[in-house]
Amino acid sequence: MKLKTILMAGAMSIAATGAWADCAFENDVPLKSLSAGFEAWKAVTDAMAECGNFSASLDQEFREKQPEAFAADPALYQIGGVSNATLVPLLNAGTVRPLDDLVEKYGQDLLPNQLIKVDGKTMAIAMMVNAQHLMYRDDVLAELDIEEPKSYDDVLAAAAKIKEAGVMDYPIGGTFKTGWNLGQEFVNMYLGEGGAFFGDGNMPAINNEQGVAALETLKAMTDYMDPEYLVSDSTYVQQQFQQGKIAMANLWASRAAAMNDEAESQVVGKVTMAAAPMGSAVPATTIWWDGIVLASNMSDEEADAAFRVALEGMDTDMVSANNDVAVWLSPAYSAGDLAAGAAASAEGGAKAYPASGPMGIMHTSLGNGLADYLTGAKDAPTTLADIEADYITAAKEAGLISN
Amino acid sequence: MNFRTFAAFVGPSVFMMLLFIAFPLISVFKQSFYVTQPIYETVEKETCTPGFLTQTCVTETVSQPRLDEEGKVITQTQYVGWESYRNVLEPERAWRAISDGNWNVLSTINFWKALRFTLTFTLITLPLVIVCGLGIAVMINNAAHAIRGPVIFISLLPFIITPVIGVLSVNWLFRGDGILTALLEWWLNRDIALFAQAWTIEVLMMLYRVWHVAPFAAIVFYAGLQTVNQDSLESAVIDGATRWQRMKYIVIPHLMPLIIFVSMIHLMDSYRVFEEIVGFASQGYVISLQWLTYDFLVPDQAGNRSISRASASAMLTMIGIAILLIFPLRRTWRDHKGGH
Repeated sequence: MKLKTILMAGAMSIAATGAWADCAFENDVPLKSLSAGFEAWKAVTDAMAECGNFSASLDQEFREKQPEAFAADPALYQIGGVSNATLVPLLNAGTVRPLDDLVEKYGQDLLPNQLIKVDGKTMAIAMMVNAQHLMYRDDVLAELDIEEPKSYDDVLAAAAKIKEAGVMDYPIGGTFKTGWNLGQEFVNMYLGEGGAFFGDGNMPAINNEQGVAALETLKAMTDYMDPEYLVSDSTYVQQQFQQGKIAMANLWASRAAAMNDEAESQVVGKVTMAAAPMGSAVPATTIWWDGIVLASNMSDEEADAAFRVALEGMDTDMVSANNDVAVWLSPAYSAGDLAAGAAASAEGGAKAYPASGPMGIMHTSLGNGLADYLTGAKDAPTTLADIEADYITAAKEAGLISN
Repeated sequence: MNFRTFAAFVGPSVFMMLLFIAFPLISVFKQSFYVTQPIYETVEKETCTPGFLTQTCVTETVSQPRLDEEGKVITQTQYVGWESYRNVLEPERAWRAISDGNWNVLSTINFWKALRFTLTFTLITLPLVIVCGLGIAVMINNAAHAIRGPVIFISLLPFIITPVIGVLSVNWLFRGDGILTALLEWWLNRDIALFAQAWTIEVLMMLYRVWHVAPFAAIVFYAGLQTVNQDSLESAVIDGATRWQRMKYIVIPHLMPLIIFVSMIHLMDSYRVFEEIVGFASQGYVISLQWLTYDFLVPDQAGNRSISRASASAMLTMIGIAILLIFPLRRTWRDHKGGH
């Protein structure tokens, strides 16, 4: 008890710094949130803290803690930050609260497309969308008379031209780090080719023409990438861009603002945001959203307060103060040049990331298995067959495929 | 010492060892033979996600775990025998690769790929650590009294650095156009990408590990050097023994028990090589057995994790260490018996 009081006091003193500044009401229920730690979440939780009695955990490993923390009774965090993928385990375990009553009471200012509905019930409130899309150096491309690349063939042709002209050794950047990032690259390409990941009964279905085509495009790109691409994550690609080492990359919209950050970037104003290059079917990217959920294991008063604080976090003041940090879902958001790429990809018909339990396993199997193809240890059909085999083993262990 | 006093002294430590080592081990052992999974049902579900301006709603069939009345996921635990071990070892694939004589295929199967690297790493770093450790110890021992303290301190520094931090530093020094890579490129006048193929990564990992562990070996050997019989050394000098002969016939036999001790510690530690893999993000090229266990254990974004395979992989790692330790232990035991 005593320890709890001390901890509480500590949390409050942190929360109290600069608190009660711009909040519409004074919060007297102690609240905690757990979310990812990127810039947008910092902006949102800072705005939430203005209501007082609130402490935020910004943790890049949040997805390992969240399911357990929400399953506890009472829940260890009242507010959770999730994306479309990390919502899945919470929905499966039934640990998030339907928000319809609260939306009716307080949510007049929310846009209809912020409400994430599952079977008609609002389970989460989205605050921003994110997608990987093409960023390119318009000065470099204009100098060589290259038009904006629309497909991966265009990207590869442009890369060849840039390399030939001796402007850059490695014109393409890519988030090809083995693991989640590399898996995501394949998901983009495969959906762009119009592929589907699963057949009946959660059985994998990636060993097909679309799968091979996706792999071949990935491999063709690596010819124009820094040979250390298998360790290159979003931050690394962002830095390559900022230092003028690459001319094109399919990178996250949330990294767009960094291109114009004068403290870090040598290419301010020279990077154009465009739609993700087309696959055979749709733009080769996936749309993600980030938003908040409330834990089901808490009292109604707490839920009431938590919802109001959360809304305060994503209100118009916060959005106008941090306009370029993300592609916000808010009436106050003015979509500038930086959001053009994400918007154009969505207009082109880009799919939402197909988050589900089986997809989580598939993404991991892809992330671990693709490197063998890129390094030349296996050919494309073998790689895809091995990934399917790995998926089946893991899915059986998880109970998603019956024996 | 009577039995009660002995028990009172040893009791707490035995209790702790049972609680924190034996019981978890038994639990892991048990889990490697069972699989716990939720019971899934297939349901139609409509999900709406934000697009731009409008919402996209899709109806699809999804697998969803069944919940009990209290809203907890219902799970079932099944005895699966050796299946988790089979899933880790993939014996059929491995055997096919071996009987075809196709080592490239074998080295793409996770467990065997990890085992290959783990063994190479362990067996190459072992002699290097011993030799470097001995070298540093002799150097300290020969240093003048006045500077001995600072020399010990400086040579111990690498051992003090937290492994993950150390590995990340090496990563940043060599990755892309890191300072040392840039220096090498300038010196050799060619483009160098150290993280673009497996062997350079492995060499960096081994160099790092030797740099990190040699000071530990050195400090143990330095302690041993203090007890070398000075009379034997002096008579050897009078008999005209060279420095190398004194080392070979007097110092090293004297240090042998310590060398075996350091070898055992190093075998145990380096068979569990892990920080190097994570810090270098090398899993595209190089993985280790400990990393494999960790990878099974980390939940994916949908919250699935492979506890059973992780347990099986952990047990296999332990068995591997036990086999490696047989050799130094047998030697110690023989020496021990011979001494009486």
